[in-house]
Amino acid sequence: MEKLQINYIDTDIIIAGGGTAGCYGALKLAESTSKRIFIAEKANIKRSGCLAAGVNALNAYITKGRTPEFYVDYAQKDAEGIARGDLLLSMSERLNECTRDLEKLGLVILKNEDGSYAERGTRNIKINGENIKPLLADAVNKNSRITVQNHINIIDFIVKNNKIYGAVAIDMVEDKLYIIKAQVVLCATGGAAGLYRPNNPGFSRHKMWYPPFNTGAGLAAGIRAGAEMTTLEMRFIALRCKDTIAPTGTIAQGVGASQINSRGEIYENKYGLSTPNRLYGTVEENLAGRGPCYLRTKGISAEAEMDLKKAYLNMAPSQTLKWVEDGEPSQNNVEIEGTEPYIVGGHAAAGFWLSSDRQTTIDGLFAAGDVGGGCPQKYVTGAMAEAYIAANSIKSYLENKKDKLSPAEYEDIAERYVKVESKFFGNTVKTYNIESLEETMQKIMDNYAGGIKTHYKYNEQSLIIAAEKIAGVLNLSVKLHAVNMHELVFIHELQDRLLLCLFVIEHMRARKETRWHSFAENADYPNQSNEFNKYINSRLQDGKIKIIERDLVGREEYYEHTNR
Amino acid sequence: MSIQIDKDMCCGCRRCSAVCPGMLIEHDADKKAQIVYPKDCWGCASCLKECPAGAIKFYLAADIGGHGAVMQIKRQGNITQWIINKENSTTIIKTDSKAANKY
Repeated sequence: MEKLQINYIDTDIIIAGGGTAGCYGALKLAESTSKRIFIAEKANIKRSGCLAAGVNALNAYITKGRTPEFYVDYAQKDAEGIARGDLLLSMSERLNECTRDLEKLGLVILKNEDGSYAERGTRNIKINGENIKPLLADAVNKNSRITVQNHINIIDFIVKNNKIYGAVAIDMVEDKLYIIKAQVVLCATGGAAGLYRPNNPGFSRHKMWYPPFNTGAGLAAGIRAGAEMTTLEMRFIALRCKDTIAPTGTIAQGVGASQINSRGEIYENKYGLSTPNRLYGTVEENLAGRGPCYLRTKGISAEAEMDLKKAYLNMAPSQTLKWVEDGEPSQNNVEIEGTEPYIVGGHAAAGFWLSSDRQTTIDGLFAAGDVGGGCPQKYVTGAMAEAYIAANSIKSYLENKKDKLSPAEYEDIAERYVKVESKFFGNTVKTYNIESLEETMQKIMDNYAGGIKTHYKYNEQSLIIAAEKIAGVLNLSVKLHAVNMHELVFIHELQDRLLLCLFVIEHMRARKETRWHSFAENADYPNQSNEFNKYINSRLQDGKIKIIERDLVGREEYYEHTNR
Repeated sequence: MSIQIDKDMCCGCRRCSAVCPGMLIEHDADKKAQIVYPKDCWGCASCLKECPAGAIKFYLAADIGGHGAVMQIKRQGNITQWIINKENSTTIIKTDSKAANKY
């Protein structure tokens, strides 16, 4: 490698990440503005992000006779009050409109005889979501107002005096660095997997719940640029089918399967039915010596079994393969386990601290989907709703903003990044590599920061050890050697996750209570405390992590950043 | 959890490598697809759905309970045939992209 070639791209709006939120945000912007829209996507928008394999149901929908407030109540209760009422309400008000948009794009939704959607429980509707991402991507690709560049990875935002001016990206294949000039960025890069040692640490290390290719890139770029984060201590841990880490909700709701222990006792009611408690109950049953735990499917009808297999083919085909290869669900109960923890704002509340209009604390940097904090239980339609709100806000924001950096300033930035990035190709360290440092990070987090090994529990002393050790790995990572551009991206993915680990650890230290079982199980403080009826936020300040406590924001409020 | 690509059947169309969300597939000098990071496969099956030649098979590795079965896909219009070959038997399950899941 000689030197990275610099390419300049001029646009108005950058969308970082072409997953569900990114694609839908681009479509909504194209409907309402004449500004140039540029999607930068690490993979290919056709199958990138959380919905690569498909999704089985739309889990956020206002069903017949219910209101958006009903959904807000549910999400607030599940989050034990640590969620933003304003964000949840504006999201909930748009869920059904986003659903209708998906149907217009071609999504198949199960209907009743009267034409209404067939509901599953009180918040879900039934669909065929195998092709949901290609449908969104097709609409984006056909829209002449949107430019998509696949296979480029944004590594940093360009920020000066707390205002955004674009992004820096590297190519996944060619020796190219991109300086993308823009007035606004919508960050939709998703949450972060791979911080903790996974359930399957060997050959199948990427057989995990969350996309292993979502590595918190946008969150880390935001942190480096000084953006405020919220509720990173509320990790998300999924209750999944053992080995395949496939969803359990479809079995539980589809055939009414209860959670049972190895004695055949139904244990779910003992611990409560909130998302964290369904997981916590499983952990506790195992610790009490009553594991393994299962979903009781034994005895389901042949028809139900076939419907289950088809449903899984449309979202998690490995589970159907497992049943055919290893034993059918009508003959064997389905073993379940908790996953390793993830940072994901679409399920839990970890992510950027946002104003009601979805702007981060950096002027001109907006966020939607799994990077958006304070607004849990978004799922697919909620991520879309957030992108919709952000698109409306971006349109208003751009009405009176035109400033960009001078060409010379962009050139300086480019040269600086070329120098830093090129260094990785010249590094010669032989005693460790990208893979071994990734495993080291995951081991540290697993052992000391509440991973599977400690049944998700941690304490002050273990977190201090975790922070010291992760900082050490971050120091080592600057000497890593890359042989090609893909490996350079791997190094960034590792460094992004390490930075995020440090923030997650400090958040867990700051919440001196156990607000949620398993998600944030602080062994020093095993109970909830009213003192912590507030958000734990953070930002990078003078190279250090600064913890900020903020008051709860209710659904009737309109929140703007006043002290950023 | 990963995929196998049959080099003889690969037509070199590059659709699998274009769509893989992890960019795990590359092409050799003969333009044939090969998975270069087999341990990094998420199991989304996007490449199987793209492959017009039926050259890609999907399997569960031994660490997650696999013992030799492979899954392939054949698509015709709305219908996808999921063909699972075990040592002594073949199972075919059809899904219809126009039909919603019952669950």
